[in-house]
Amino acid sequence: MAYILDDRQMQVSMAGANERTIDCNKASLAGSVSQRACVFCGSRVVLYPIADALHLIHGPIGCAAYTWDIRGSLSSGPELHRLSFCTDLQERDVIFGGESKLYDSAIELIDKHQPKAAFIYTTCIVGVIGDDVERICRQLEKEKGIPVIPVQAPGFQGSKKDGYKVACESIFKLVGTKTRPTPAKSINILGDFNLAGELWILLDYYKKMGVHVNASITGDGRVDDICNAHSAALNVVQCSGSMNYLAKMMKDEYGIPSMRVSYFGIEDMSDALYDVARFFKDEDMMEKARQLVKEEFARLMPKLTWYKERLQGKKAAIYVGGAFKAISLIKALRLIGVETVIVGSQTGTTEDYDLIKRLCNEGTIIVDDSNPVELSHFVKEKKADIFIGGVKERPIAHKIGLGFCDHNHERKEPLAGYEGMMNFAKEIYATAMSPVWRFTK
Amino acid sequence: MLLRHTTALEIDRKALTINPAKTCQPIGAMYAALGIHGCLPHSHGSQGCCAYHRSALSRHFKEPVMAATSSFSEGSSVFGGSANLLTAIETMFTVYKPDVVAVHTTCLSETIGDDLNQIVSKAYDDGFVPEGKQVIYCNTPSYVGTHVTGYSNQVAAMVKFFSTATLKKRNVVNLVAGWMEPADMREIKRLASVMEARTIMFPDMTDVLDTPLNGQYKMYPDGGTTISDLTATGDSKFTLGLGQYSTEDACIKLENKCKVKFEMLDIPIGFKATDRFLMSLSRHANLPIPDSLSDERGRLIDLIADSTKYLYGKRVALWGDPDTLIPLTEFLLSMDMKPVYIVTGTPGKPFGERMTELLKDIPEAKFMAGDTADMFRMHQWIKQEGVDLLIGNTYGKYIARDENTPFVRFGFPIADRFGHNYFAKTGYTGAANLLIQILNAFLDHKDRTCLEEKFEFQM
Repeated sequence: MAYILDDRQMQVSMAGANERTIDCNKASLAGSVSQRACVFCGSRVVLYPIADALHLIHGPIGCAAYTWDIRGSLSSGPELHRLSFCTDLQERDVIFGGESKLYDSAIELIDKHQPKAAFIYTTCIVGVIGDDVERICRQLEKEKGIPVIPVQAPGFQGSKKDGYKVACESIFKLVGTKTRPTPAKSINILGDFNLAGELWILLDYYKKMGVHVNASITGDGRVDDICNAHSAALNVVQCSGSMNYLAKMMKDEYGIPSMRVSYFGIEDMSDALYDVARFFKDEDMMEKARQLVKEEFARLMPKLTWYKERLQGKKAAIYVGGAFKAISLIKALRLIGVETVIVGSQTGTTEDYDLIKRLCNEGTIIVDDSNPVELSHFVKEKKADIFIGGVKERPIAHKIGLGFCDHNHERKEPLAGYEGMMNFAKEIYATAMSPVWRFTK
Repeated sequence: MLLRHTTALEIDRKALTINPAKTCQPIGAMYAALGIHGCLPHSHGSQGCCAYHRSALSRHFKEPVMAATSSFSEGSSVFGGSANLLTAIETMFTVYKPDVVAVHTTCLSETIGDDLNQIVSKAYDDGFVPEGKQVIYCNTPSYVGTHVTGYSNQVAAMVKFFSTATLKKRNVVNLVAGWMEPADMREIKRLASVMEARTIMFPDMTDVLDTPLNGQYKMYPDGGTTISDLTATGDSKFTLGLGQYSTEDACIKLENKCKVKFEMLDIPIGFKATDRFLMSLSRHANLPIPDSLSDERGRLIDLIADSTKYLYGKRVALWGDPDTLIPLTEFLLSMDMKPVYIVTGTPGKPFGERMTELLKDIPEAKFMAGDTADMFRMHQWIKQEGVDLLIGNTYGKYIARDENTPFVRFGFPIADRFGHNYFAKTGYTGAANLLIQILNAFLDHKDRTCLEEKFEFQM
């Protein structure tokens, strides 16, 4: 594998044959075409779905422009989060400081939009010029009477994953600040961002089971719900990479237990519902969950079988942000007859990768923080038919003549839940079996 | 109503950009660098910058976009990014084997004061740059100018590092391409080749960001201006700069360095700008404009004549970059349309001067450049008095939907439509392409929204 950078050899492994423990959570090598992003990006994507909060970016225009409505996090109500606000720092601000600009901008925006809370994001440059954003936030909070939270996210302080942590800390500042009557059997949904309306599907399932969803963090999120998040009995955590830390803080401070779930694929979706019912030790709830699963199963299986018969033998490569999602995808693909031959993630942990190894067939390539050159070699070596990834991987996959499914920001149909499984199967089928691939050579 | 917050009343904003009509310098440098054959752009800063720029370019072009990053850490922000850049240069040449690495800075590396000249020299001294390979660089602080400035700086760096004058002048005209689509460049090259003019275009993104799908992934696609062509620009007898904001700096540097005189032209959008381009090329290449091009022009004029009743007096709002907005405004005016609101986030004097001149007969026209010239301002103007058509990048779709206004996508970025990198908007055929999009937008809108008794077969 000469195309793997020497320093990266330990970040690539193979199920079965080569039982090397993956060396992950490592900074990208300077000069590599890394697919990873920065702290700011991580904090921004996690916080931005909070729809009734003001999100103001203190930095140069780029940081705001690239994250303006960056992924389809839908809101059932206010849509303030979909606008882009920026202090647009100029050279003079870099020299003399941007504090007054930040203060003026925030005052203007809070007066105009009357948000429930404000998040002020700091960027690389603010980290270097040393604006005292904490102090300004305190001042704004005092003057305007809403929570104003500094999101300390200079990009250089790490990768996207570190940004998730910053986001969790910011959210945690809101948690516990307001208490309202909350049903006993209530949960918080952590780590669903309501892409393509996925959260709404989950809400429907939980409602059918008789579970009250107290706060959704952060998909279709509301400030008041988050302030009351400490009143829930359980945190149900998806996309664990981004939200585990919040769950941990809430456990330490408020004693709220948490469970890790995935809503992708029939198996994991059903487990998620059963686990919640089991947690509440409620037989009625469990029965309703069983009923729901049974109905959905009966509705789905004939259709999925149709896909499976046609997709049997196809091979997939997965390269996604979080490893936990990759695990669900492997199972979901198996359900429709597709074998996974490459699994990669940007932010997986050693435990995640060990689990993946146990789950995959022998010879499956497992990789942390990959780059396009490696990935294109891997898919050729493994003769993959379909690639599952994000925006930067799509065009490469297409050039090589592979089908592609966006399981990241650019998904346009919900992929979570049972309905999502159907959409996923359809998307995989459409791209893998497209006649266009017959004309590529 | 996604933009329900917008009010017609303009508030005086002290310090705030809402929904920007611009982005930052480094992405422009990255885009321009992709127009050098075998070049790997390198972002000297945090890895997020590089990821964002690659994503934004990928979303727009639907093509792979390769670039490397210095992956700054907390340590580099304190001790400087020199070690990161040296490692990066070594890594890139070892693993990705580009012919050229084009380094651009970010707000972070600029603020901590990394000296690229010194670091790159050290990379050569330490033997990290293999024989025959090159590292070029430019400064692109995100807090100065916009993406257009970054593009201009990168193009100027091409002159600085490559253009060389030998004693032998060649009968070649340089075409310095401003920020436009690969298709636009392809069309301009076609016009030159129909005229049989010998030209060197730089940068040149054709066959880089519009590549065919043939089952092969090439990290360095076939297109891009070659190093030998870039070097030879110093021996050309004349230079045409297409787009003042994105190319004038390069043209001036080339004149100073290699004594190649230049003329500043608009990007040839619309028939007037195309006329000027062809006449200038004809003059400097000393070749006649062939009849076949006159015929192309004639077909465009015929199309305009056929459709005047749909064009006359139509109020248009447009936003984007000065180099495209100026000829676009001229084109709309030449078809008797009324460009009434024009906004660019890119600051600079020529925009105001040209617009004042172009719009002297449209007293109601408003235009604005720079800091708070953003999409929020544009929407406020539209709230005050509506328009019949919007022309600009995808960021206009919120306004188009809320105001139920026909919308033609043009500019960067376009993240929600296809084909902008395949079908040119330059030259006569490009102008026809643009006009057809405008007409279709009007006519589709009419068909969809008119009363049933007004619905007609023939239009």
